[in-house]
Amino acid sequence: MASGISRRALLAGGATLPVAGGLTRDGASTVTPAKPTAMHTTGPAATHTEPTAVSARAVEPFDGAHQAGIATEPQAHAVFLGLDLRPGSDKEAIVRLLQLLTDDARRLTQGRPALADTEPELAADPARLTITFGFGPGLFASAGVKSPVAALPAFSIDRLDRRWSGGDLLVQVCADDPVTVAHALRMVVKDARSFARVRWTQRGFRRSAHAHSPGTTQRNLMGQLDGTVNPADLDRAVWISEGPEWLRGGTTLVLRRIRMNLETWDAADRVAREFTIGRRLDTGAPLTGRAERDEPDFSRLNRLGFPVIPEYAHIRRARVNDPGQRILRRPYNYDEGVAADGSSDSGLIFVSYQADIGRQFIPVQRRLAEGDLLNEWITPVGSAVFAVPPGCAPGGWIGDRLLA
Amino acid sequence: MFSHRFSRHVLILAAVAALGACGSQPTAQTTTAPTGAATPAAAGSALTITDPWVKTTKMGMTAAFGTLVNTTDADIAVVAGTSPLSPKIELHEVVESGGKMVMRPKEGGFVVPARGTHELRPGGDHIMLMGVTEEVKPGARIPFTLTVKDGSPLEFTAVGKDFAGAKEDYQHGAGH
Repeated sequence: MASGISRRALLAGGATLPVAGGLTRDGASTVTPAKPTAMHTTGPAATHTEPTAVSARAVEPFDGAHQAGIATEPQAHAVFLGLDLRPGSDKEAIVRLLQLLTDDARRLTQGRPALADTEPELAADPARLTITFGFGPGLFASAGVKSPVAALPAFSIDRLDRRWSGGDLLVQVCADDPVTVAHALRMVVKDARSFARVRWTQRGFRRSAHAHSPGTTQRNLMGQLDGTVNPADLDRAVWISEGPEWLRGGTTLVLRRIRMNLETWDAADRVAREFTIGRRLDTGAPLTGRAERDEPDFSRLNRLGFPVIPEYAHIRRARVNDPGQRILRRPYNYDEGVAADGSSDSGLIFVSYQADIGRQFIPVQRRLAEGDLLNEWITPVGSAVFAVPPGCAPGGWIGDRLLA
Repeated sequence: MFSHRFSRHVLILAAVAALGACGSQPTAQTTTAPTGAATPAAAGSALTITDPWVKTTKMGMTAAFGTLVNTTDADIAVVAGTSPLSPKIELHEVVESGGKMVMRPKEGGFVVPARGTHELRPGGDHIMLMGVTEEVKPGARIPFTLTVKDGSPLEFTAVGKDFAGAKEDYQHGAGH
């Protein structure tokens, strides 16, 4: 084993030192753990375990102007819980529900057990847990308040299943550890079920925190980099600054469950795949560029006089020129198990946040529905919209500016 | 540091100690809690409670929990409790008797050690509500007052929480 310490491993081990220094200096929430291989060959056992322990204890703030879990660097694991209020869950009941769930979220995200938590030990490692709440049209109806959101219009490509669609109350649970997610979900459901029935749960994942660097665009299960073009100025693109006072600092959430037909995608060669998206699969660079972040040149023609990025390539159809009008995408992959014949049930839990669904989301979705080469392989099977209230002050609760 | 002007509560303590098995005797102390005005202000923060909660119920019996915190240099004894929710409240412990866990009024009440804490939890010491008159809903805020021996009472609000456990309260109460 000793002779196996290569020059490359030593170099890699040396490179870990500045990273370790960054842990204590910058806080733990944006840690870039060193590669495990380097750790194994160069360090004692304590060095190996340190990054794992630190990131498990990493905490995202709960109280604030905006709810966490939106601008937050996406965690590796997520579950989206769609709840339907029971008949009779009126405004007074909704207030009690939101107070209970806010208390659970505030405690669990900070690494403390929930009140009456039967598994308090599972709360000790929050792993950047965030719990985010969204209000569907049905919640507003039950509370007797005009809803700022409505179900999306029907799109020709939709094959929506009720079991993945709608919902009065959304609870989005994200963390870098799946046990943390499971415990938080369990606690939330236990406190919610007197008020509501579970309509759906949708579990998703991205690359684990140890497998890639923060800020890296995630890959979906079709192998594409997914989420390259996101807005930088969230105050313009995401956070609501006009309309009802109670919603300012909040946003809207669109959740679309998009099934991927990986069987037919398997039959597409790399040229066809890149042609479909308009980007290279390896680097994510536009077909007219060299790097992922290069601006696509939609006017460039090839030798035959055709656009290098095809007319119906995904990135051309999804393009929004004004960065302030772009939606913030924060998608998760899903992979629900394999059928007896080996076919997969895989896809994307597409989640976007935008200040205005009608102005920012629907025009893009309409263009994609009308013509996107990718539609050959993807099918929207679920759809839900929610108003996401702003964050709350310490001692406050999510929705207090609307319902208090 | 405690004066003798609270001798009334010593009597209550004796009454609690005299109780037999769970729920078998009526308790008198629920109407005797002193008002805040009758107690020295300085003692108001001597005893606090963190994370108080009460198990939801339609009616009948339930229990309240939390962690009592003593910020003084002397032990504090909690000897009785009241709540508008229930005309009859007892301070219970859970002990093993004949191979099973049973609850019973705790002799001397809950003693919170100096500079220490005393946890009230399912399966352990708890505030027992013997005759809840209206539904305790999840998220409800239920007021409580705990009577402290030789000290000012502790008032707090416990939040209703759905909870599957703490069933010893029901099983043993139902038989009486």
